[in-house]
Amino acid sequence: MQRIGVFICHCGTNIAATVDVKAVAEALKHEPGVVFSTDYPYMCSEAGQNIVKDAIRDYHLSGVVICSCSPRMHEATFRKAAAVAGLNPYMVEIANIREQCSWIHKDIPQATEKAITLGKAAIAKVHLNAPLYAGESPVVKRALVIGGGIAGIQTALDIADAGFPVDIVETKPTIGGKMTQLDKTFPTLDCAACILTPKMVDCAQNENIKIYSYSEVTDVKGFVGNFTVTIKRKARYVDETKCTGCGICTEKCPMKKVPNEFNLGMNNRSAVYIPFAQAVPKVATIDPEHCNMLKKGKCGLCAKVCTAGAIDYKQKDEFIEEQYGAIVVATGYNPINLDKFDEFAYSQSKDVITSLEFERLTNAAGPTSGTLLRPSDGKHPHTIVFVQCVGSRDTSGCGKEYCSKICCMYTAKHAMLTREKYPDTDVYVFYIDVRTPGKSFDEFYRRAVEQYGVHYIKGMVGKIVPQADGTLAVQASDLLDNKQLHINADLVVLAAAIEPDKSARPLATMLTASMDTNDFFTEAHPKLRPVESPTAGVFLSGTCQGPKDIPETVSQAGAAASKVIGLLCKDKLTCNPCVAHSDEWMCNGCSACEKVCPYGAITYEDKEFRMPDRTTAIRRVAIVNEAVCQGCGACTVACPSGAMDLKGFSNSQIMAEVDAICK
Amino acid sequence: MENKVTKETILRISGVNPRKCMRCGKCSGTCPSYDEMEYHPHQFVYMVENGEIEPLLKSKSIYKCLSCFACVERCPRDVEPAKLVEAIRLAVIRQQGENHLKPETIPEVLNADLPQQAIVSAFRKYSK
Amino acid sequence: MQVNNSEFKPKIVAFCCNWCSYAGADLAGTNRLNYPADVKIIRVPCSCRVNPMFILRAFQRGADGVILCGCHPGDCHYTTGNYYTRRRMTLLFSMLDYLGIEKERTRVEWVSAAEGAKFAATMNDFVETVTKLGENKRLEDLRCKEK
Repeated sequence: MQRIGVFICHCGTNIAATVDVKAVAEALKHEPGVVFSTDYPYMCSEAGQNIVKDAIRDYHLSGVVICSCSPRMHEATFRKAAAVAGLNPYMVEIANIREQCSWIHKDIPQATEKAITLGKAAIAKVHLNAPLYAGESPVVKRALVIGGGIAGIQTALDIADAGFPVDIVETKPTIGGKMTQLDKTFPTLDCAACILTPKMVDCAQNENIKIYSYSEVTDVKGFVGNFTVTIKRKARYVDETKCTGCGICTEKCPMKKVPNEFNLGMNNRSAVYIPFAQAVPKVATIDPEHCNMLKKGKCGLCAKVCTAGAIDYKQKDEFIEEQYGAIVVATGYNPINLDKFDEFAYSQSKDVITSLEFERLTNAAGPTSGTLLRPSDGKHPHTIVFVQCVGSRDTSGCGKEYCSKICCMYTAKHAMLTREKYPDTDVYVFYIDVRTPGKSFDEFYRRAVEQYGVHYIKGMVGKIVPQADGTLAVQASDLLDNKQLHINADLVVLAAAIEPDKSARPLATMLTASMDTNDFFTEAHPKLRPVESPTAGVFLSGTCQGPKDIPETVSQAGAAASKVIGLLCKDKLTCNPCVAHSDEWMCNGCSACEKVCPYGAITYEDKEFRMPDRTTAIRRVAIVNEAVCQGCGACTVACPSGAMDLKGFSNSQIMAEVDAICK
Repeated sequence: MENKVTKETILRISGVNPRKCMRCGKCSGTCPSYDEMEYHPHQFVYMVENGEIEPLLKSKSIYKCLSCFACVERCPRDVEPAKLVEAIRLAVIRQQGENHLKPETIPEVLNADLPQQAIVSAFRKYSK
Repeated sequence: MQVNNSEFKPKIVAFCCNWCSYAGADLAGTNRLNYPADVKIIRVPCSCRVNPMFILRAFQRGADGVILCGCHPGDCHYTTGNYYTRRRMTLLFSMLDYLGIEKERTRVEWVSAAEGAKFAATMNDFVETVTKLGENKRLEDLRCKEK
């Protein structure tokens, strides 16, 4: 019989307000095996933990039940406390009487009764707990960063600075991400390229960083400390080691009418191309969709002009396999598709553009060399209308439910810069709410209004109709003036909502990392573990976790890096001891468990057994590799003889819980 | 008027939840008969939420709404302002002369030649 | 004997996987979304850990309904666990139906860690359904009944 101590937490009033904690402590005191039962306002506090530790020593407890918040919150805390007091940490069970009791029930007698039942179930389980000892597994001291935008770059640089090798996998031919396309950055208005390109160069020059550009992750196996990742290096038909980035091929290429994705299709590039002047790696890439040589076998001009002999039309996609200890996801975002917002005439008029297109139109390296010109006729626009929340905060199904967070600030920036460069333009911004929390953010927005005379109008644009004279008839409401406005605009800029990159969903499946309904990666804890995924060894950086601006992205990237460094510093990781275990005497070697195991953790061995009649027999039995087993329990149900059981969640333990609940 | 039309009646008839409104004003931005109306689509939502039904009942605005449903189509929060206008219009029609249909009189009024749609709309108009 | 539905409090056992549904249940709590106290949750590492025996045992011991919650198909923390659950439970529930345990008393739901509202709504709906069905007497082992 175990000697069990029961500890009821008040959690201030979080539990105590709806659960009569004294009554719970009293009721559980009389359960079989319980030798000590008490309550305390904050069990997780140091004083609370000391009560647990003292009781373990004073009452020689062999099992501990804590009735408190979710085990996802403080199970580790109490296990650690038990270990300090000399009790095996796996002899601690948590009854969740906060999230799953006091917070959801209002009726005190009902909630108290439920808390008692949950406590009894935990006691019943502890009776069957056995001490567990965690094994160890080695850590591969190399990190993988998926995505080479500012988030990935910053994470990689920070990890590399700590002395660990890092690989960056980027699908585009160059790293840099969305930030390379931006003109200026709020609220200080420094130029994006000026602050980003040195970091890109740092990445290329850092001996700890290896960049796999134009590559994708196609498979992930393994677990924290020991991931095996397959990377597909797409054929770029140019030998990266030979190409000097001189650009002669791009000049000579006869196929010059390929929409330039870097400028969002607003001008053209050649079939062999370097995305932009500061690309890293500065290596040409041949676009197989448009190259005449690759499509029709005729041309070959680039190979002729290349003095380095880097062009290789026969290059094939290459798959490489690498080992990593930690993986950082930094897949970033894209503006949403605006097809569902036909009222804004985005598909009907070239002069209705997204904010990202506006960035390119004002960028010195953009299609207009930084002069703001209308895409349709190349004239200066004199009236510009900015529409905010296009697809953000939209529950109708056309857009996204969430606030995209960055639009208020970049729209203020666009409006301000336009007024500064072209004081003769009228700039209107239609807003629902202006959301500018952040250091110097609201001051920035007010400056746009007060100093630069941008017309901020509380209301929304209802429809935009292209006119015969090339202008755009904008019909909108001014809610404060209670008027409907009709503006003839030359240019309309839509602040499109942002959404996670499309590659994030399949990647999450590969990593078994969870996502929310909007395809943003979920964090292990929304407040306390914001850069870790619930899947051990997978970390989150940047907008793949939620909309955020550059300063926030950089700080999250640094935080993710520090978590990775913390992991890679360890030589060995403690494994989860709650793994499957096969009873050799009961196992009949049927292979049912082997077939369902997703990790290949089960193998078979012919083993010699001393039989009761003193003969020896050779029997085929299942062996579980405890380092590989993740403890899902699929095999335990598949096993027909009941030989397979899961430590920490054994058949008898769960049945005892069922019994206690149904009593 | 004998029976005061309450906010609850309007909400029940329309099936609209005005609390979903985030006050963006896109309904009024898109409304083609905005200038004809004394109260505008966004005001309908706001006033119904605040229980100010009386002025809406008396306003000519309810007959100026074209029922084009542009506001319903474009509302980012699925509030459906036109349904509120429609509900208020119905409330007014139903009140006049208390001319509700009574189930027992229906067979008398029913004309075999009457189109199905007319019968349904008559129910919407006259039944309580 | 007529079951008085207004006073009848069903016993409901909910198995929740540690990674999605248990976290979803926690989120329902964090958001203070009410559901009846009749639901008691047992934490399992994965929905595929739930042995049909556990469900039979619950009914034997007088449970009135058993609900099993796991990650959405394709989102399983262990990649394939919930697919096993889906197959096993389809068979088990069909057998239970044959034995006279109405199909409405058993349910498999996919609840992600972000779906606190769905968790609460599911539990409310399930408790309502089971309450309407009344007490489960089919598999209940009278020897287990406390006098």
